[in-house]
Amino acid sequence: MALIELHGIRKVYDMGAEKVHALNGVDLAVEKGEYIAIMGSSGSGKSTLMNLLGCLDTPSEGHYILNGVAVEKLDDSELAGIRNKEIGFVFQTFNLLARTDALHNVELPLIYAGLSRTERRDRARRALERVGLGQRMHHQPNELSGGQRQRVAIARALVNDPSILLADEPTGNLDSATSEEIMHLFDELHQAGNTVVLVTHEADIAEHAWRRVTLRDGKVISDQPTARAGKGAVLAPA
Amino acid sequence: MVFLENFRIAIAALRANLMRSILTTLGIIIGVAAVVGVVSIVQGLQYTISSELQGVGATFIAVSPKVDRSNIPGVAARQVKLTYEDGVALEEKVPGIRLMAPAIIGRATLKHRDRKHDPFLILGATDVYQDVANQSVDRGRFLSKVDIDNHRKVVVIGPKIVDELDLGSNPLGQEIYVDAYPATVIGVMEKKGQNLGMDWDDIVYVPFSAAVSLFGRNVADRVELRLQAQSPESVEQVKDGIARLLRQRHKIPASEPDDFEIQTQDEILKSVNSILGSVTAVVGGVVGIALLVGGIGIMNIMLVSVTERTREIGVRKAVGARRQDVLMQFLIEAVTLSLIGGGIGLALGYGLGALISKMIPGFPPAHVPLWAVVLSFGFSAVVGIFFGIYPAAKASRLDPIDALRYE
Repeated sequence: MALIELHGIRKVYDMGAEKVHALNGVDLAVEKGEYIAIMGSSGSGKSTLMNLLGCLDTPSEGHYILNGVAVEKLDDSELAGIRNKEIGFVFQTFNLLARTDALHNVELPLIYAGLSRTERRDRARRALERVGLGQRMHHQPNELSGGQRQRVAIARALVNDPSILLADEPTGNLDSATSEEIMHLFDELHQAGNTVVLVTHEADIAEHAWRRVTLRDGKVISDQPTARAGKGAVLAPA
Repeated sequence: MVFLENFRIAIAALRANLMRSILTTLGIIIGVAAVVGVVSIVQGLQYTISSELQGVGATFIAVSPKVDRSNIPGVAARQVKLTYEDGVALEEKVPGIRLMAPAIIGRATLKHRDRKHDPFLILGATDVYQDVANQSVDRGRFLSKVDIDNHRKVVVIGPKIVDELDLGSNPLGQEIYVDAYPATVIGVMEKKGQNLGMDWDDIVYVPFSAAVSLFGRNVADRVELRLQAQSPESVEQVKDGIARLLRQRHKIPASEPDDFEIQTQDEILKSVNSILGSVTAVVGGVVGIALLVGGIGIMNIMLVSVTERTREIGVRKAVGARRQDVLMQFLIEAVTLSLIGGGIGLALGYGLGALISKMIPGFPPAHVPLWAVVLSFGFSAVVGIFFGIYPAAKASRLDPIDALRYE
């Protein structure tokens, strides 16, 4: 069974008089260790799909099976638990807690996971070292550059060993040099065995992934391996 | 454990907006300070009065002539008299009385060599007075039966008088004048201090008969009788016996009220407590309003805080915070705020009460009972929970997707 299985996913928003069909029947399967990019223009439904994948929302119809669990049936509390343990979010605007140092920011998911203080500190420290910020543990976001902030966010996403890393336009607020650094980091994380789902509208960012899924009007219109995949590497590392 | 974490988050959030937090909690601080201040003064009063009354014992009975309330000048109100003879009759005829000490009170000027002093009061007493009241001599001796029977010209003075008349280090045996009468100092009372409007150290004790000569018949007919019953259980019976005998002696018709007042320690305590209790209750009511206002302030600021931190709430939910986690976070923040306010109010109120009672001379020291402390914190916590729950619930119900998009 694949890590992620979407069957007949529909999402309808009730906007009073109108109904907006954000997703109109999406089927998708993602294996463990894949690196996929979800592309589409504004209104294609890619944000909605990302929110569903990240369990921030539930589908109006269809099934979402994540790591063997049928997520569409879960209640609010259980969804929060899934987000805590299975999903690692990385946002365009970083979304770090202000006036809180990097270590404490990275700890956040572990607090809700109920870990002890020492364990939390330990894991958070290691996650920061993993993204190259071991020297900046006690800096606050306003003392860090854009690229460093995104690294902290990535460390936070990794800290609880999630099934998927879900990145929404992770380089949207970064200059091109920093963007390259961050995408390089994602490549490393993918090589290390993480499953990465990247949502972007930029073609050259999407090229970092090994599979490109394109949405239009709430449906998948294309699902192809990228140039990277063709370079002799296996689609999903063992 | 998440509880502790929430507490740390709460403190950090409050410190981040320190000025705002202080202003928000001001309502609670003032409310609690006011109630604690008043309660501490009232309790101090109560405590001292109780101790005073415990001192004279549960067998203490005071009989006083009724205060003449007739305010029609020239019209002779019923002649209210309570005499030494009444006292003697009570001791002889009412069973259950162990001691009877009559006392009359008046004013006079003391003189010694070139010094003059007007003491707080002159008390004409018998030898029994020491046993019935709650005081004894420090140096020398009190009036004795022999002094009284032989009409000796002796006085016992309070310690303040020794200084006022400059009697030196050995006042015993020295002669002072009470108005025109010379008298020898035979004793100095122990120091007692000022209390409840009385300066106990500034009193002169003269033999009863000497007082009668000094003050005249009018005063002599208004004797205060202080008695000790034989046991606390018999006090009520003795009270009835006294009332019956006095009514008989004073020839009071059945239809008319007593022309005297009998007070037992129990009654004095009860009436004092009742008054003080009412004061406390009224203040409590007023303060309840202050706490209400304080609570509304907290709710208001918490709502603002929730709106300000919409994004943050979205992030927390995205990484796994459940509804109850967010609820607890903001509820604890509100309760922490109100508890800190309660704590500050308590300290402030205690300081205020202590200050006021020190400033008023003769006022007993302020005393904060444990129940007031518990109530202050309890109320603060309740206000925090009650007014914090709505904002906290609102925060917990935020949709993470919308929250993350919030500018």
